[in-house]
Order: sequence, then structure tokens, then C-alpha cells
Amino acid sequence: MTPPSTHLPRAQPLSVRPEHSDTSPLSIHAMTVAYHRKPVLWDVDYDAPPNRLIAIVGPNGAGKSTLIKACLGLIPPASGQVEFWGHSYKKARSRIGYVPQRESVDWDFPVSALDVVCMGRYRMLGWCRPVTRAHKAAAMECLDRVGMAPLAKRQISQLSGGQQQRVFLARALAQEADLYFMDEPFAGVDAATERAIVEVLRELRSSGKTVLTVHHDLQTVEQYFDDVILLNMRVVASGPVAEVFTQENLQRTYGGRLTLLAAASEAIARAESGEGLGK
Amino acid sequence: MGLSIDLDLFPLIAALLAAISCGLLGNFLVLRRLSLMGDAISHSVLPGLVIAFVLTASRSPLAMFTGALAAGVSTVLLVELVKRLGRVEPGAAMGVVFSVLFALGVLLLEVSDTSGVDLDAECVLHGQLETLVWYGAPQTWGELWQQGSLSAVPQQVWTLLLMLVLAAGFVGAMFKELRIAAFDPALSTTLGFSATGLHLALMVFVAGATVASFEAVGSILVIAMLICPAATARLLTDRLASQLIVSVLVAIASCVLGYIAASAVPAWFGLDSVNAAGSMAVMAGAVLTLAVFASPRHGVIARRWRLHAMGRSIARDDLLASLYRAAEAMTELPPRAHDSVRGSLVREGLIDDATDSLTAAGKAEAQRVIRRHRLWESYLADQVGLAPDHVHETAERLEHLRLAPTGEPPTDPHGKPIPPEPPA
Repeated sequence: MTPPSTHLPRAQPLSVRPEHSDTSPLSIHAMTVAYHRKPVLWDVDYDAPPNRLIAIVGPNGAGKSTLIKACLGLIPPASGQVEFWGHSYKKARSRIGYVPQRESVDWDFPVSALDVVCMGRYRMLGWCRPVTRAHKAAAMECLDRVGMAPLAKRQISQLSGGQQQRVFLARALAQEADLYFMDEPFAGVDAATERAIVEVLRELRSSGKTVLTVHHDLQTVEQYFDDVILLNMRVVASGPVAEVFTQENLQRTYGGRLTLLAAASEAIARAESGEGLGK
Repeated sequence: MGLSIDLDLFPLIAALLAAISCGLLGNFLVLRRLSLMGDAISHSVLPGLVIAFVLTASRSPLAMFTGALAAGVSTVLLVELVKRLGRVEPGAAMGVVFSVLFALGVLLLEVSDTSGVDLDAECVLHGQLETLVWYGAPQTWGELWQQGSLSAVPQQVWTLLLMLVLAAGFVGAMFKELRIAAFDPALSTTLGFSATGLHLALMVFVAGATVASFEAVGSILVIAMLICPAATARLLTDRLASQLIVSVLVAIASCVLGYIAASAVPAWFGLDSVNAAGSMAVMAGAVLTLAVFASPRHGVIARRWRLHAMGRSIARDDLLASLYRAAEAMTELPPRAHDSVRGSLVREGLIDDATDSLTAAGKAEAQRVIRRHRLWESYLADQVGLAPDHVHETAERLEHLRLAPTGEPPTDPHGKPIPPEPPA
């Protein structure tokens, strides 16, 4: 599969193109994302195979979180398209779950673990409807699946880092989505939580879901995941772990941090700030 | 209480209505760390008022309200703009916008012909609570209900009542959306509850409440009520719903206490009453200060007390354990005559003062500590894999937890016996 060399008009849905299929839970086509006009992701093309656990791996600043946020419409991409089962994000919203980085929220916030998990049900509730007893019971079941039911009434600041991460995972389960994006769920968690998360990921796979997970620990990629996306501002390689997760590809992803693309975006940033092009 | 209907009823009602609206909305500002927004909006209404006055050449309430609301909403938008384009933190953006707009208002006042019109920076800051006098009001509280005339109620009170109903309706209907947008804006947006949209809606309500309130009660009270009740409630509760209720109660209490302090207290000393809005704001600050120190969970005193209690509990465990070890090794205890907890252990009958040794009850208590210590030592050596000469320091800290590893190893890694759990 070679990426297309010409950019088709934006309006054309990806599903009609031969290289993208509408059975794929996630199709990204020619996506470039920039922060303050400095590109952080270049020309990403990717089709997620359904029913797989997919790791997104790459060095710091490779654009892993940015990739997720751009897919979810939290950062508008500078160019390119994202489709879910052949539909736009807005149409597919209720089938997509999201676990943000744990550090992205204020854990002193006055809510209980159960309150947080109930947030996963808000989409089903819709505007201005309070959380019903049935939804609370469903949220409670999700807490139970991650072993947190006894701490449901705790205020979230009184939970350990691993317990907080499990609450986030339970909230994602409560969304009852078919495709999940998880931003570093394994970051800074204890061994028990890591096992609990892996178990939940496998449960999700066996019930037909697809999970994209930003992952830092290269040691466990082969053990936990089926597929991998090696990312460093562009997709270095993607596919089944056995084929793609090779020493050579890792070298290309992590080795030589200042790749040509990084140098190019530096130059663009300098040009933007009025220093002119070239040295 | 020396309050009278004609002088006190409407000012108090106006202040209460303003305080409850601001206190309720302030919760979301405090949670989003945007407390300065109230400050920003309430200062930048001044240029809005002056421009509205110059354009319409009148001081009609509608023109004033429209001008101020437009200024409030533009403040919110300008802050967003400065934050994004200037790439500065929200506090700096708010500080820049409101100081420049307030200064602009002062300049406009000077160059435009507003002499002879009651419009100045003073009245924006302090409000005109004392002017809400009810002429011809009934003289006793009992007559109030018999008269039943609503026509005497000033327009400011109606405005504030409407604002309170709108603000309470907004917070009540959008409670779950406001909560998720404040806690996790990214998830909120992906779920279809745009965090930016909710933020702007909240800001429009803050601007509305600020504008509706400032004419009667002044900016200072508005700012105080947007921050103090919510910050106080934050210290006293750990659920958003209860925080909202407590913040409203704190707002009410600050108003009533502040009003009494302003009018009744100076009268006892034969002095003139002081500015009521200022007094209420001071009272809100005083309540917050009280909560900072006295809150049962987050307060300074409670935290100090918990630290102190923990320190004493650790010292007790250590003294009992060292007496146990001395008895076990049949050595003399090194002299620790001034040990801070020894006295209370003697009084509790755990240490025999004359022989400086453990009583039967003391021995049982000490045995529990030693047992936990040695169980932790063997756990650290066997399960965690630490070298036996490295486990003591860690176990010395873990022994104070009312928690120990399971299992019944006969001895610790140093070969000392692990005593059985004594009967309770």
C-alpha cells in the first residue's frame, strides 16, 4: 500500500477511495496538524483494523496525543480527513470513547469516583437531563469491573494515582463505545492497576472493540498489543506488532531526534517569527 | 436589632439577591480558576455605561443595562482573544483587559459632558445600596404583609430577582454539563457538550449578574460574592452539589451579618452607619478566613491537629516498642525521662511509672507494634526481595500503619520471634 501522491478534494468521502475502507473504525487521510502554525504531525495516513489493540508509540514530542486529539476534533487539523466507519466524527460520536491523560484534569475537583464514571453516560442522557438511577447502576458496574466499586463514594483526591486511572478507565467503559482512544493509561500506575487495565483491554477486544492506546513502555508493547503505530511527526511504520515492531523501525522512530522534518518545522517557526528562511 | 423597614428592607433584599446570584455562579469560576473574571467584568462596565450615556444622552435604566452588558460580554471575548493571540496565562489576560477598559472608562468620563449626572467611578465601585429607601413604608414588620403593595418595590430589586431566577435556572438545568466542562473540558467536548460554548454561556451569565448587581451593591461586593462564598464552600464540602448549597448559605450569612455590622453595631457606640456593601464584602472575607482555619477537613487547624495526633501516635508506638525490646533483650532502657508521650502512657496504665516497665495492657499494645514491624520486615525481605539489613528502616515507618501483611512466618529476617496477635 503506497500513500496517495495527489490530494483529492476534501468533500469526497474516504470510503469511496480504494485505499480506505468503510469497515475500518478509523481512517485518517493526509492529516497535518499544527500548533501555532508549527507543524507537529505531517501527512498522516492510517487505517485502523477492527477489533485490535493498537499501541501508538514514539518519542516525546512525536505528536502521539496530538494525533488522538486531532482525530477527536479537539484540535482542528490544518489539512486532511478523519472518518469513523466511513462517517464524520459528529455522526460517529456516540460510538467513540476517550480516556484523556490523567494529569489533564484537576483531581481536587469536588466529585466522587462514581460521579466521574457517570460522566461517561452524559452523551446517552443528552442536554439538561440529570443522571438517572439506571445510569448510576451502570456506572457502578463499570467501577466494579476495574475493582473500584468499594471506593465509589470517595472524593477523587483521596484516591491513589493508579486508582484515579482506573476511575478514568471505568468512565470509558461507561461510554459503551466501539472505538476507544486512551492517552497513556499506563503512565505512573502501580502493578495491580497495570494488570487491571490489561485485563480490561483484553475484555474489550474479545467483545469486538478497537482500542488505540498511547504507550510509553517499549518492553510491554509485544505483550499487550496486536498492532502498533510508530510515530515521530509522521507515521514511520504501522501494522501488526510481529511485522512492524522491529529494531530497525524503532531505530528510525527514536534514533536521530532531529530528523529532516523536525529541522523543517524549526525553519518554518523561524520564518514565522520573522527571521527569514535559510541560515 | 435596630433595623427598620423603610430604611433597611430593600437594601437588604437587593444585597441578598445579588449575593446569591453571584455566589452561585462564582462556584464555576473558582473551579475553573477564573475567579478574577468577576473583577474584570465589574470594572469594565464603566466604559460601557459612559458610552451608553453618550450615545443615548440619557441615564435610563435600559440604556445603562444594555451598555454595561455589552461591555461585560466584550470583556469576556477580549480576554479570550488576548489569551490566544498574546499566548499569556488567563490571569494576565484578565488583568490587562479590565485595567485598560476601566482606565478607558475614566478617560471617557473626563472628556464627555457628564457633569450634573450621577455617574462616576465611585458609584461603580461602592454601589448605592443606601439610596433604596422605601418612603412611606409601614413602621412595623407586622404591617408589612397587610399593606401588600408591590408598587413600592424599586426597579433594581426586580432586576436582581429576575437575574437570580435566570442564574439559578441556568445552573439547575445545566448542572451536569457545567460540571463536566469544568472538570474535563476535553471529554466534555468530545461528548458533544462544547466546553468553549458552555464557558461562554457561563460568562454571559456572570456578566449579566455583575451588571444587574453593581448599580445597587457596587463592584466590590460583586467581586467578593463571586469568590468568597464559593471558596469558603470549597473548603467545607467535597461534592459540587453540596458546595453550591453551602456557597448560597455563606452568601446569605455574609449579607445579613455585614448589614447588621454596618447599621446596628456602629449605632451601639453612637456612630453613623458605615457603607453596607463594603461591610458585607468584609464579612464574606472574614467567613472565608474562618473557614481557612476552622474547616473540619481542609482547615489549617484540622490539618495541624491531624499531624500532631499522628506524631503522638508514632511516638507512643515507638516508646512502647522500645520498652518491649528492652524487656525482650533484658537490658536497661536508655534514659528518656522527658519523652513527650510517657506521661500519658503512664496515666493510661500502659507504663508502670515506678519500675519504668510495661504493664500487662502496655505489653499487649507493644506486642501489636512489634508484630507489625517484624511482619513487615519479613514481607520486605521475602516478597519484595530487599536485603535483610535494609528492611528495618522501611518497617520502622510501616509499623505505624494499622495494617500488616498476612502470613505467619515464625521469625523476622534477623531471627527474632514474631509475637502472636494479643487478645483484644
